[in-house]
Amino acid sequence: MDVMYLAELGINGAMAGLMYALVGMGVVLIYKSSSVPNLSQGGLTMMGAYVVLFFASTLGLPIWVSIPLALVTMALMGVGIERFALRPMAGRPIVMILMMTLGLDIFMEAIAMSFWGGSGRPLRLGISDDPMFLGPLLINRSYAIGAAVSLVLFVGFLFFFKTRRGVVLRAISDDYTASWSVGISVEGGVALSWAMSAVVATVAGVMWGSIQGVDQSLSLLLLKGVTVAVLGGMDSLGGTILAGLFLGALESVAAGVLDPIFGGGTRELVTAVVLILTIMIRPHGLFGRHDIERL
Amino acid sequence: MFYRQARIFHTNYADDRKLFPLFADRLMIWVLLLFAVVAPVVVSSLTLTSYLVPWLVWTAAILGLNLIIGFAGQFHFGYAAVIGIGAYTSVHAARHGVPGEIAIILGGAMSTLIGITFAFAALRVKGLYLALSTLALQFIVDWVISHVDAISGGVSATLQAPDLTLLGQAIKSDAGLYYVALGWCLMVTWFMLNLKRTGLGRALIAVREKDFAAAVIGVRSFYYKLVAFAASSFIGGVSGGILIFTFYHAVTAEQFSITVSIQALAMVIVGGLGSIIGSYLGTAFILLMPGQINSFIGWLSGAMGLGLGDETLAHIPNVIYGALIIGFLIIEPLGLGKLYANARNYLMLWPFGYSRK
Repeated sequence: MDVMYLAELGINGAMAGLMYALVGMGVVLIYKSSSVPNLSQGGLTMMGAYVVLFFASTLGLPIWVSIPLALVTMALMGVGIERFALRPMAGRPIVMILMMTLGLDIFMEAIAMSFWGGSGRPLRLGISDDPMFLGPLLINRSYAIGAAVSLVLFVGFLFFFKTRRGVVLRAISDDYTASWSVGISVEGGVALSWAMSAVVATVAGVMWGSIQGVDQSLSLLLLKGVTVAVLGGMDSLGGTILAGLFLGALESVAAGVLDPIFGGGTRELVTAVVLILTIMIRPHGLFGRHDIERL
Repeated sequence: MFYRQARIFHTNYADDRKLFPLFADRLMIWVLLLFAVVAPVVVSSLTLTSYLVPWLVWTAAILGLNLIIGFAGQFHFGYAAVIGIGAYTSVHAARHGVPGEIAIILGGAMSTLIGITFAFAALRVKGLYLALSTLALQFIVDWVISHVDAISGGVSATLQAPDLTLLGQAIKSDAGLYYVALGWCLMVTWFMLNLKRTGLGRALIAVREKDFAAAVIGVRSFYYKLVAFAASSFIGGVSGGILIFTFYHAVTAEQFSITVSIQALAMVIVGGLGSIIGSYLGTAFILLMPGQINSFIGWLSGAMGLGLGDETLAHIPNVIYGALIIGFLIIEPLGLGKLYANARNYLMLWPFGYSRK
């Protein structure tokens, strides 16, 4: 167990973690605008990957046309989910809202499975499998590209939140009653955040799908995404990036060290432990807003 | 004949406070109980062992989950883990020669112990964060069960359960196992029916409505949340043990995965939060529906020549299952229990509905 091996695990893990942050960002975008903890982000991620596959292999379009088409389709789907499933739930207890997003997750997974079947399918982006060396460290090219995409999206969101529409979204997340009273369309803002979240989910689906193939296991990214979102603070996009880096690196190193001892499966355990420790020690996460509850 | 509230005038408080003040309700319950008792004679043994037994045991478990979600208002994502702890504990105890009834209670006690230890940590947070920490509990318990060989007997191993012995009597017949399941389910039902009428139940409901407000009027909200967690974990643990002894007869880690937790939540939601009859109906619905739907759709696709593939057929029940959760939450958030209550209220005064107060 030498230091170089651990560093390699850590760096590759951190890049995978940036891709977890893609899922986490989707959760944060929705939570920020509507305080809905979206447990269907895993289902959205998986659906996004399948929609890309549908355009690419069923209709035979080139992949660089399929991805934008899928992004548009998924954005519409996000708006639809908000309009028909979540809007009637406004003001209901959190138990029911959580259950609704879970129901959506089950529904989307089952729809995708019954249309496209359970066997994994490859999604090729044309990223070569050749190893890339950073000094002595071996870097996985797909992870590096995924991490770069994640950072680009994050920077894009930073700029977006400076634009007029972004300011509107920030106002909604700050206080939606006040936003309403100054004439902001809160429904429109929430719908927009669902659309953006579905787009981010699709990107996550494509990046993960190109690494591990497209199958049902994409929806398991939910646990990582939620952990990253909670660790970063449920309403902080920058938090998800840092939390993703941390969780990814920790998970990869821990799995490298512990898997040989326990015979695999340590990744889920590490994620669950990070989640539970975060909630116990600092429930509002690294950068989240600490809400004060009123009677 | 139809006007079921006719001629019912309560002249003392005891009558008025009865669990079932209406004769019609009592009659229905006696008829159902009678049917439950003679069921081993009248229904086929296949129906008995593969539908009625799991339905009853799951109903008991779901009543326990309803205690924590419906009464105390705390989300629980890891209920399958709690059931699993009970199941594994009681099977291990029974394999070491502990008598059945003690083994099952040990299972319940172990679930309570772990549940309460966990609740001490988790109950500092609420709402979303509590839900997520119970989700983490589910994953951790799953991992421990499948990776510690002393518990699971090795990775993906199946642990055979010995025959159930109660009070020194080995229970082997289908009817005997059915009565065990029935007895446990009735005990839990009786407890839950009366819970609403006790101080504990009222305190739990106060905590559900607003825990700060409850604290202000002198209800120790943390204590009552803890009690709710402990009670529901105990019910879950005992149900787990009984589920293994009467239905599965063997225990594996997959029986208690996150999917099962979500299924249990779906049973509560479809049945109705805080509704007892709803727990029965919701469990029956979620437990028995996939098989029925599957055979129906198989028949439909055969009859109409749709030519659906096997994989499509296999996943359609899940589509309907997800759609049901969504549909119920949008249309009737209080579930089947509320639908039953609506029908009952309508028929209660029928055909004199205009006389409703």
